[in-house]
Amino acid sequence: MKTIVKLIGVIFCFSAMLSCKNNAATETGDTNADAPSENAGTQDLGQAFLKDDEATPNVLDIAVGSPDHTTLVAAVQAANLENALVNAGPLMVFAPTNAAFDKLPEGTVENLLKPENKDQLAFILKHHVTPGKYDKEFLKKFKTLGQASNENVPVEVKGDDVYVGGAKIIASIPAGNGIVHVVDAVILPSN
Amino acid sequence: MKKIIHFITAFAFFAMLLSCGKNSQNGTKKQGALSSNAAEKVYVAPGEYDEFYAFISGGFSGQLAVYGLPSGRLFKVIPVFSQDAEKAWGYNEETKPMLNTSHGFVPWDDLHHPDISQTNGLLDGRWVFVNGNNTPRIAKIDLTTFETTEIIELPNSAGNHSSSFVTENTEYVVAGTRFSVPIPQKDIPIKDYKGNFKGALSFIAIDPEDGGMDLKFQIMMPGFDYDLAHPGRGASHGWFFFSTYNTEEASTLMEVNASQNDKDFIAAVNWKKAEEYISAGKGKKMPAQYAHNVYNDQTHMATSTIKDEVLMLDASELPGLVYLLPTPKSPHGCDVDPSGQYIVGSGKLSANLTVHSFQKMLAAIEAKNFDGEAYGIPILKFDDVLAGVVDQAGLGPLHTEFDGKGNAYTSFFISSEVVKWKLGTWEVLDRQPCYYSVGHLMIPGGNSREPFGQYVVAMNKITKDRYLPTGPEVTQSAQLYDISGDKMELLLDFPTVGEPHYAAGIRADIVMKNSRKIFKLEENDHPFAIKSESETKVVRDGNVVHVYMSTIRSHFSPDNIEGIKVGDKVYFHVTNLEQDYDVPHGISMIGANTSELLIMPGQTETFLWEPKEVGVWPFYCTDFCSALHQEMQGYVRVSPAGSALPLSWSLGED
Repeated sequence: MKTIVKLIGVIFCFSAMLSCKNNAATETGDTNADAPSENAGTQDLGQAFLKDDEATPNVLDIAVGSPDHTTLVAAVQAANLENALVNAGPLMVFAPTNAAFDKLPEGTVENLLKPENKDQLAFILKHHVTPGKYDKEFLKKFKTLGQASNENVPVEVKGDDVYVGGAKIIASIPAGNGIVHVVDAVILPSN
Repeated sequence: MKKIIHFITAFAFFAMLLSCGKNSQNGTKKQGALSSNAAEKVYVAPGEYDEFYAFISGGFSGQLAVYGLPSGRLFKVIPVFSQDAEKAWGYNEETKPMLNTSHGFVPWDDLHHPDISQTNGLLDGRWVFVNGNNTPRIAKIDLTTFETTEIIELPNSAGNHSSSFVTENTEYVVAGTRFSVPIPQKDIPIKDYKGNFKGALSFIAIDPEDGGMDLKFQIMMPGFDYDLAHPGRGASHGWFFFSTYNTEEASTLMEVNASQNDKDFIAAVNWKKAEEYISAGKGKKMPAQYAHNVYNDQTHMATSTIKDEVLMLDASELPGLVYLLPTPKSPHGCDVDPSGQYIVGSGKLSANLTVHSFQKMLAAIEAKNFDGEAYGIPILKFDDVLAGVVDQAGLGPLHTEFDGKGNAYTSFFISSEVVKWKLGTWEVLDRQPCYYSVGHLMIPGGNSREPFGQYVVAMNKITKDRYLPTGPEVTQSAQLYDISGDKMELLLDFPTVGEPHYAAGIRADIVMKNSRKIFKLEENDHPFAIKSESETKVVRDGNVVHVYMSTIRSHFSPDNIEGIKVGDKVYFHVTNLEQDYDVPHGISMIGANTSELLIMPGQTETFLWEPKEVGVWPFYCTDFCSALHQEMQGYVRVSPAGSALPLSWSLGED
C-alpha cells in the first residue's frame, strides 16, 4: 500500500515536470512548423483556457466534464487541439467513449499518445469533427459528412439509429458552439 | 521516516506545480514584450509618425477607420455608408444625397473590403475603394481629403461581397454579387432558383484623372454565390478571379445544401476579352435602376443621379470570356500572388489550401481540355490547373496575403492561427495563434506586385478576455505580427471600430504628401457660401429662410437673428472663413432635429432647423476652436407664425 502511495507521488511529480517542460517550450517560442497542430507552442494560451461559468458549455467543456470520455480528452490534450474546439464553430464532434477506445487493438491508444505520433493522433481526432451543427434526426438527411481531416465519412440510417463512419450515435448533447454526438466506436480515416 | 518521505514527495509536487504556474505566466508576458523587444518595435515616440497607414473596414459600422502601423493608433473614422453625427455625414444637406439609392435614402451599410488604387501594379495612394454589402454599393475615398467623394450603386446585385478590388492600373474596380437573384428582378417562386437566378459581376471603370466611377459593364453568370475576388497581375493582368460557392444552386438551408459538392469553382474572367466583345457590339443594354452619387470638393455638395441602363455580357453566350477552375470545399479567399502566377483558393471547410497555376490554366484552355461545362461555361480539369496543395495547413482557411519574398500567409478561422508557407514548395514554415477566430489578414501592399513585407495584421472576430471587459459587447481586434524574420512574432493587439473585416495598408510617405490642409475659400463654389462677413445675410422665401452665415475665431456672423417665425424652415448655410490648418468650427442649434455641423476651413455646410416654439433660442460652436470658444454663440428670436416682425440680423450691434 505504502509503495503504491509513493508510486502515485512519483507519477504526479513526473507529470508535473512534464507540464513544466511544455511551458518551458512556450517561453522560448519554440514552434514546430511542420506539425499542423493547432496553436502549437501555446498550450496554456487561448480560448480553451478561459474560465467562464456563465456561457453555455462548449464542445470541449462537455467532453472534459464526461467521465466516459477521459481517453478522448487525454488524446485532445496530447494533440493540442483544445483551442480548435472552443471557437465560434459551429462544430459537430463525434465523441467515442472510453469503451470505444478500449475496442481498438491493444496498445493502439498508448502508441498514438506518444509525442512522436502527435500528427497522426491530430489527424484521427480531426476525423471526428465536422464544421456544422446537426441533431441526430437531421443527420439522416446526409449521405456523407466532410470532416475536418479533409476526408468524408458515410452517414447510414439503420432503423432509428444513425451511424457515422460506422460508429453508432448513442447520445447527443447540444453545446454552446455546436453539438457532441457520443459514439460507440472510433472512426478511423481511410489513409 | 516513511511519513517524511511522503511529505517530501507531496511538497516537491506542490512546489513544482507552483513554479510551473508562475513560469507559464511570466513566459507569456516575456514572450509579449521583454524578451523580444516587441514594445520597442511598436513604439512610435510622441510627435513621430507611423510608417504605414492601415485602412481597416468597420464591417457593420459602415465606416472605414484609419490607423497607423506599427503603433495601432487610430487617426480617423471616415464615414462612408453610415450616417455619422460627429461629422454630419448624411445629416447635413450637402451629404444627404451621398446615401441615396434606388431604394431611397439608406443610412447604413456593411462595409467589407478596402482596396487602394494602383499604377503599374504598385500602390499609388490616390483612392481607397470600399464595398457596401447590403444595398450593393461601391464607394471611393479620396486620399487627399480622406473623405468619401463618390458612391455608385450596383444593379442586378445583392450582397455585394466579392468587391471592391482594383486591377493593376486601376482600370476597373470589380464587384461580384454574393446572392444571385432574378435578373431582371421579378415575382417568381423561390424554389425556382436553379437556372432562373443569376449572378452579376460588375466592372466599374475608373477615370485616371479624377477617379470618377462609371459602371462600364456587367457579366451575367450562373446563379452561384460569388464570395471573394482578386485581379491578375503581371502575366495574368487582364484576368480577374472570383471564388464561388453554392454551385449546387440551393436556395434554402445553405449550410447543408451549399456544401454538397466536393468542389466549387474559382471563375477566371478575361476582362480584356470582355472589352473586345463590347467593341464588337456583343454587349446588350438592359434597363436597370441605380444611383450614382458624387461629392464635389469645390461646391462642397453632393449630387445624386439615378441611372437607368447597364451594358450586360452573358458569360453563357460569349466563348472565352469565363472559365471555371474546380476548387475544393466552398472556397472563400481567392488570392493572387505578387507575380500573378498563382491563384490561392481557401476552401473554408477544408484543411488544405488549393493553389492554381495561371500558366497551366492558359495551357489547358489552349488544349481545350475541358471537364464539361456549367451553363455553357467550360470547366477546366482540376489536375490540369493545379499548381500545388498546402496539405493539412490548419482548419478553416480564409484568406492569403503575400510578403513579396516568396512566402504566403493564410488565416485559419477554426484553428485561429496565421500560417506562413512557401510558394512553390507549399511547405508550412511557421504558425502563430490569433486571439481569437481570425478572419482576414493584411500585409501593406498585399494586393500589388510589391507588398511591403514587414508586418501582417490579423483581424479577429472574437476577443473575450483580451481587453478590459465592457459588458456583453466587447471590442473586436487587430493583431500585428512582425514578419521580417523567419518566424512571425506577435507584437501588438489593438481594438478596432466595428468589425475589422478586411484592410488595405500603404507606406505613409506615398499618401501623406498629398494630404490637404484646408479648402481654399476663393475656390468655394457652394451656392450659399459667403467669402467675408460683409456678405452675411438672411433671406426669406415664403416660410423658407436661408441664413448665409460665417464662422471665424471666435464668433458667428450674424450672431443675432430676429424675424424667424414658428413653422419656418430655416437653413443655416455656414461657411468657415478660416484658412489655417486644423481650425474647424462646429455649430448646433437647440432643438434641431439633426446633428451638429463640423466645418473645415474654407468649407460650407448646411443644417435645417424648424422652430416649433416662440422664444429666443441659442446656437453655439461645437468644436473647441480657440481660447474664446466658449464665447462663440448666438441667438435666434422666434415669433408667432403670423408675426409681422421683419427679418433682421446683426453682429456686434446693441
